[in-house]
Amino acid sequence: MTKLTPADFSSNLPIKWCPGCGNYAIITAVKRVMAELEIEHEKYVVVSGIGCSSRFPYYVNVYGYHTIHGRAIAVATGVKLSNPELMVFVVTGDGDALSIGGNHLIHGIRRNIGLKVLMFNNRIYALTKGQASPTTLFGAKTKTTPQGNFDYPFNPVSLAINLGAPFVARSIDSDINLTSSVIFEAAKNEGFAFVEILQKCVVFTDKEFDVFKNIDTKDDFVVRIENNKPMIFGKNKNKAIVLKGFTPVVVEFDPSNPPSDLTIYDSSNIHMASIISSLMPPEFPLPVGILYKINKKSYEKIFYENVGEDTGSIESILKDNSYEIK
Amino acid sequence: MNKGKKRKRDIDISIKEYTVIRFAGDSGDGIQLVGNQFANATAISGNVLSTLPDYPAEIRAPQGSIGGVSGFQIAFGDDKVMNPGNKADFLVVMNPAALKVNLKYLDKGSVIIANSGNFTEENLKKAGYTSNPLEDGSLSNYRVISVDVNSLVEETLSESPLTKAEKLKTKNFFMLGLLYWMFDLPVDITAQWIDKKFAKKPEIAEANKKVLYAGYNYAENTEIFDAKYKIEKGNLEPGIYHNITGNEAVCYALITASRKLKRKCYYGSYPITPASEILHTFSKLASKNVVVFQAEDEIAAICSSIGASFAGCLSATGTSGPGLSLKTEALGLAVISELPLVVIDVQRGGPSTGLPTKTEQSDLFISLFGRHGDCPVVVLAAFSPSDCFYTVYEAARIAVKYMTPVIVLTSAYIAQGSQPLRIPREEELKDFEITNLPLPHEFKPYLRDEKTLSRPWAYPPLKGYQHRIGGLEKLHIEGNISYDPENHQIMTNLRREKIKRVSLEIPPTEIYGDRKSDILILGWGSTYGAIKSAIIESIKENIAVNGVVLKYLNPLPPDLGDILSKYKKIYVVEENDGQMAFVLRANYKNANIISKTKVCGQPYTKEEILKIIQSEK
Repeated sequence: MTKLTPADFSSNLPIKWCPGCGNYAIITAVKRVMAELEIEHEKYVVVSGIGCSSRFPYYVNVYGYHTIHGRAIAVATGVKLSNPELMVFVVTGDGDALSIGGNHLIHGIRRNIGLKVLMFNNRIYALTKGQASPTTLFGAKTKTTPQGNFDYPFNPVSLAINLGAPFVARSIDSDINLTSSVIFEAAKNEGFAFVEILQKCVVFTDKEFDVFKNIDTKDDFVVRIENNKPMIFGKNKNKAIVLKGFTPVVVEFDPSNPPSDLTIYDSSNIHMASIISSLMPPEFPLPVGILYKINKKSYEKIFYENVGEDTGSIESILKDNSYEIK
Repeated sequence: MNKGKKRKRDIDISIKEYTVIRFAGDSGDGIQLVGNQFANATAISGNVLSTLPDYPAEIRAPQGSIGGVSGFQIAFGDDKVMNPGNKADFLVVMNPAALKVNLKYLDKGSVIIANSGNFTEENLKKAGYTSNPLEDGSLSNYRVISVDVNSLVEETLSESPLTKAEKLKTKNFFMLGLLYWMFDLPVDITAQWIDKKFAKKPEIAEANKKVLYAGYNYAENTEIFDAKYKIEKGNLEPGIYHNITGNEAVCYALITASRKLKRKCYYGSYPITPASEILHTFSKLASKNVVVFQAEDEIAAICSSIGASFAGCLSATGTSGPGLSLKTEALGLAVISELPLVVIDVQRGGPSTGLPTKTEQSDLFISLFGRHGDCPVVVLAAFSPSDCFYTVYEAARIAVKYMTPVIVLTSAYIAQGSQPLRIPREEELKDFEITNLPLPHEFKPYLRDEKTLSRPWAYPPLKGYQHRIGGLEKLHIEGNISYDPENHQIMTNLRREKIKRVSLEIPPTEIYGDRKSDILILGWGSTYGAIKSAIIESIKENIAVNGVVLKYLNPLPPDLGDILSKYKKIYVVEENDGQMAFVLRANYKNANIISKTKVCGQPYTKEEILKIIQSEK
């Protein structure tokens, strides 16, 4: 097949996200992955729900379906199950996936349908202009929480890992390289993949993720998780998360002489992934990268392996229970 | 105990055009099984038949209790059989509770066949009897045949290694054997079925068969059985038949339609009474070409089906009232996306959870109007169990031809009832028509066929047709998002007009009753059997009356206005609070619509329709 480039995935429609929206960086990363995956252009399908993120299908020129609020995973399940050779991305947001679409998310993960779910998390309902979402932080002021949010937020990656998704990763919109590398790996892994991408909303959560991005703070507030490596972070690479039994702690050390017993991350270890994915600032840096990755047979694969080649005509199905009237 | 003596005796043979038998017993007694076996035997003998199960909502109500009575009714005979009938001519009861519950379905002079072995003091008490009705003379208006099936079964199986409880479980087959003798039906078919069903438990199979034949022989040799009944056969078109429930017919129709269309079949559903059997039937038949998906909820069920339709499958979902409520938003998506989709609604008593196992026709309004925005869909209604096959096939054909969702209304009554279906050969069925797909460079997602106004069905991974659709209003032809006010008017008009054009598919409306009359009985869907048989009976009694039963509910048949204008009085008969009457009054202002309704969880009977007709005399 001919080599595709990111430009081959641009649609001719004007993008209507706000100037400065984190989604621009994410779409760049997605187009890059689509070009790299060596899948025929016509086999890509992008399904979305409702929200700013869910306008995504209009801006890539593959088969796209902009559905209704919360139902992207449900619609995409029908696409993927009916034709497993399609590469089906679901683009959704924190409100769409975790609130109104929560049931489809948990069941999509449970049955391990082979969807690649990209959840743009801006911690707000942006399209409806600023209501608290299931990831809005406790105490945060929004239009619906003028006294501060009374609700505890979900930690999306922690939720996905503990529900049994075989691939879970987190990235930040500004880090296009990280975003594209985790989406690439998500696409390559069989079964359900869940990628949370922190995405700033310039109108409602403009400063929300600054600590993870600013040169001065990001190294202390973000830890890049990599398989078979210690979880080192800090401006001077002088800190690491280690597990003392089941308890994660931050240790400091002299970077020129790191301790030999730093915990090595095993991205196939559900218990480790469960603990590390649950960490949040300010006690811990925010873990990003591939947090969990295992082989797990997909629902569609199990379905097609266990059903017959062809159902046949009803004449043949009912042959044994039919009778003839002459 | 009367064992009977082997000798020649006089047996009275009565010939009947058709008859109705009602089986009743504890929900654990295997009543549905016996009923279905009996139905198969009549079918194989060439009778026309129609059956209806009647079982409690609870899985296992307390044994012997009134609430735990399970029933199964069958009408069989010649061509006049159009529904399972109302009153039974024969009532077969396995215990006192079954008698208590079902006596109301009997006219005086009818026959009761009772398993007296279960009329114990304890069971009588549970059913609320203070004395044994089989002995106290209270049934003197009926002909009662009491047989102690329990003892006879124990005796028959005296040498069997089975436990007492296992032996007693075979008693329904004894009863079946008796009935096969009475109605001169073949025993061997059921014996073969037992062999297959219990292939892994040969000792159970052996016992059941032994008891079945023992029942037959007991009737043959016992003086209390002095009458046999010969029931007329139907005038059936030659062919291969299968006794089919409405729910099974839905599944077979969709599979057949997908084969005819040469696309995969996709069925996404969520368990709900009384539609679950569609999903069960599909699940058994899943293959690479028939994708069956049990979703996490009703919304996911329809959404996954819409996704499969987007991916090019012949797609369907099935549910009952509460599920249809949940699916309405997604139906709107299918309407604006203009994707083919068949939605089966097996109507049950509503609102809310309502009467989950009982029949009703009260989802007409939600089917026609139950979506936000101007959101027309095609709505069809099936007449009978076997007609579910043809109506659903037609729904699939229309859905594809017009790129639209089609709702098919069946009901608990016809979904669970059964009837022989002559299995059509695939080449007999109408072909599918698909809107022409232009070459990739000429393709636009909302480019329309001039005749049907339908858009082309391009789906992944067809090369060169990559496009985007969605729930936002679409720009005419181009398919991009459009907020333009005039465009919304254009698209609303097109969506309305497209559904209107489905009227081109509607055949001339059939009018029952050949003599002209001023009175029309009009129904829709599952009241077909009751209405048509009432019209036939009226004609026999020289009463002029006409009948129409609608299958196409949206759009309505183009000739309906003319037809209605010819009648002074139009009785609209339906199992709801007057929904079709409302629709007809809105559409045909000069028609004199008289609404006749029934909402008791039970279908309209022929007798009730006759009463309406006779009120006109």
